[in-house]
Amino acid sequence: MPIHDQSYRRYTGQRSPKGRAWTVIATAGVRNMLGKKAFLGLLILAWMPFFYQSVKLYLAANFPQMSIISPSPDMFREFLDHQGIFVFFITIFTGAGLIANDMRANALQIYLAKPLDRLEYIAGKFAVLAFFLLLVTWLPATMLVLVQIVFAGNLTFVSANFFVVPAILVYTGIETTVLGLVMLALSSLSKSARFVGIMYAGMIFFTQALYGVVFLVTRNSAFSWMAVPSNLMQIGDLIFRMPGRFEASGLVTLLALAATVALAAFVLERRVRGVEVVT
Amino acid sequence: MNMTDPPADPIVQIQNLSVFYGKQPALRDVTAVFPVGAVGLLGPNGSGKSTLLKALLGFVKPADGRMRVLGLDVAVSPSGIRARLGYMPEIDAHIPGMNAVSFVAYCGQLAGLPRVDAMQRAHEVLQYVGLGEARYRNVETYSTGMKQRIKLAQALVHDPDLLFLDEPTNGMDPKGREEMLDLIRDLAHNKGVNLILSSHLLPDVEYTCDHVVVLHQARIATQGPIDELKGPRGSVFELRVKGDRVAFARVLDAAGMVSKAAEEDIMRVFVPDEKGALALFQLAAREGMQVRHLRPSLPTLEDVFAQAVGEE
Repeated sequence: MPIHDQSYRRYTGQRSPKGRAWTVIATAGVRNMLGKKAFLGLLILAWMPFFYQSVKLYLAANFPQMSIISPSPDMFREFLDHQGIFVFFITIFTGAGLIANDMRANALQIYLAKPLDRLEYIAGKFAVLAFFLLLVTWLPATMLVLVQIVFAGNLTFVSANFFVVPAILVYTGIETTVLGLVMLALSSLSKSARFVGIMYAGMIFFTQALYGVVFLVTRNSAFSWMAVPSNLMQIGDLIFRMPGRFEASGLVTLLALAATVALAAFVLERRVRGVEVVT
Repeated sequence: MNMTDPPADPIVQIQNLSVFYGKQPALRDVTAVFPVGAVGLLGPNGSGKSTLLKALLGFVKPADGRMRVLGLDVAVSPSGIRARLGYMPEIDAHIPGMNAVSFVAYCGQLAGLPRVDAMQRAHEVLQYVGLGEARYRNVETYSTGMKQRIKLAQALVHDPDLLFLDEPTNGMDPKGREEMLDLIRDLAHNKGVNLILSSHLLPDVEYTCDHVVVLHQARIATQGPIDELKGPRGSVFELRVKGDRVAFARVLDAAGMVSKAAEEDIMRVFVPDEKGALALFQLAAREGMQVRHLRPSLPTLEDVFAQAVGEE
């Protein structure tokens, strides 16, 4: 006589209310990425500039002769600019397979047969990418502000530049939203994560090259809206109250970014479905 | 409502459902009722079985018609329905990069189970479907038969009230197929799980289900309890004749009987109610055929299917 019935049993426990499935997807995605040693190495590398800037802040706060490197809003803008290279690699590393791998394994039918809708699925996948992008942009930049306060021992810099903290949040938020959704849209277009990575790199370099050619011909940087990286640089400058490095207006830049997000959302709406219909 | 109480109403009701892929009709004016218990959704490949399940899941938007699952309108509360559904897709499907127990527990969490409960259920369900020993292996290394079992496990982990099984024995060896059918039969008859089994394999449906809905060319060909469909309309005979069997089969068909080749030179002949074995002898005598073997046979679902879709 068996001491434990290993047969199928009905479940009588609790169930979470609807709308939390995206957190399950996000948590699983983050855990999956943190299990990859190469990715952890990339994350550690992405934090090196933070430590470098922290040392600079320490020196500026403690050695008057180092006043040349005193903190300014430009320093935070440039820090986020330099983080761009890590943003590029982390976006590819994390994002390329987020939907493409599910497409390859026909996992969308599994996901969408559960009590979650397409928006929740996309939100869960986006949250994975957003988590890591903010981990190498918003978090170190915000921590730099805290480090500056700690080393200086006063709030002089922050009170004189009160916009820096919200500027960091807004800029990294825009950057994460735009690049995250673009990557998810590209990831939904293929079953190969490798191909998605190439497409993303191609999209970044191609739009930048296209703008470069137009600039060479017209000698006018007002066409910077054509390239996603230029748009982000321009909007970053404006958010940090710096003169824009291109002639494109803030409104045009913002519209171009909104159009990019809208296009990505449209692609996701078309591609993330429980059934693939070929007519 | 207690989740373990089976609903008294039909589990699925479909009214005038039409689905198109582009201009191609996948389902045309389908009206069907799926009662509580195990229902077979039977039909040849391309008849619209998978499309019907996908429409019930809310994956495809119908051009016309209404669907109710477990008393809920599919158009109004698709995710409320999916919370009480388990779906085993026809194609190979899994979450990449996970071992079996993580995959099934993850599916349980997606369906709303707390993490600890989902993990416990995953172990239990994997044991139940026969993957207990292989539960720590990556799903991508599984054989076809094991992949079918893991698909069943992920559909079961959150203890659904209704299971959609789309061709669950596809690609399985005879032993594995038999075990899978036993599992399905056990779920339906001993564990109180309602299920709709979509298959083109008549023996699978006949073994596991009590009711059947037959689809043919995107339309309902027949539906009802299998016993009733097999029973009252006539008798089936095994017949062996000496002479031109093909020509005689045509004669039988012309006389309103349905004949089809069985094994070797034996044919199975469906004779409508009002006629009997005598009619067969009379026809054979008229055509100059010699009856070598005539034995009453129990009608099978295959006979019902052949009659419903008009195939030999």
